[in-house]
Amino acid sequence: MDPQYIKPFIASIQNVFSTMMQLPVTVKAPKIKDNPSTTYDVSGIIGLSGDVVGSVVLSFPKDTAERIVSLLTGSPMTADSPDFADAIGEIVNMVSGGAKASFAGKKVSISCPSVVVGPGHKVAKQHDAPTIVIPCATDCGEVAIEVTIQTADAAVTAKAA
Amino acid sequence: MKILLIDDSKTMRNIQRSVLAQLGHTTVEEACDGQDALSKVGAYKPDLILVDWNMPNMDGLTFVKTFRQTNKTTPMIMVTTEAEKARVIEAIKAGVNNYVVKPFTPDLLSQRINETLAKCQSAQAA
Repeated sequence: MDPQYIKPFIASIQNVFSTMMQLPVTVKAPKIKDNPSTTYDVSGIIGLSGDVVGSVVLSFPKDTAERIVSLLTGSPMTADSPDFADAIGEIVNMVSGGAKASFAGKKVSISCPSVVVGPGHKVAKQHDAPTIVIPCATDCGEVAIEVTIQTADAAVTAKAA
Repeated sequence: MKILLIDDSKTMRNIQRSVLAQLGHTTVEEACDGQDALSKVGAYKPDLILVDWNMPNMDGLTFVKTFRQTNKTTPMIMVTTEAEKARVIEAIKAGVNNYVVKPFTPDLLSQRINETLAKCQSAQAA
């Protein structure tokens, strides 16, 4: 995967977390994911379509997710709250939207977010592109961005092969 | 002043409502998408509308275009993750008066609300 599609996610998560939660993010070295399960128990998922296709998963341990959404909303919130999924969805929406704005010359749309909570779940991928995991550390705990994207042209070529 | 908040995320509506409260605006109606907003806007008659772009059922851009067919003056601010310049131009052409990219600080949203209201009031007075 072209690094030009990874760097925007790093900048975007740092911008979203610092602006909305005053939470600095330290990014570790991205790596190719070799396990179909998501990194952690809570997933915020966004689909990309247009000139770039694929998916973005923001993956949190449950307790980290609870701390982060509590910072976002300004009040304590657990994963049992009816508003928990909405808050996680809004975070992945902001991170993905900010990243796609940096895809130079590409017209890309993002889907409405989905949220899955539960240990060991898998997010099915519709494309053959490898998944790149960007490990992130915050004072609330670890977070991972899982990016599985490719240009629409590459997706068509892969399907035809 | 009556304000209509249109966003499919309750979390985001609450964040914006909190900023509005800090500015002294507490008469706020909420809608969860463009279709919901169209069903409320006629009776509510807001003085300011904050509208998201990406929403289910009817997106914010479609709402803006539809609303502007019958209302040319109510100030509207698009509050969205859509940050590309082409999107901003598209929204302005559709009829929004100002644009805020998420994520935003409370200060930035406050500033955009104040400048939009001031600009629209002076335009109407002219």
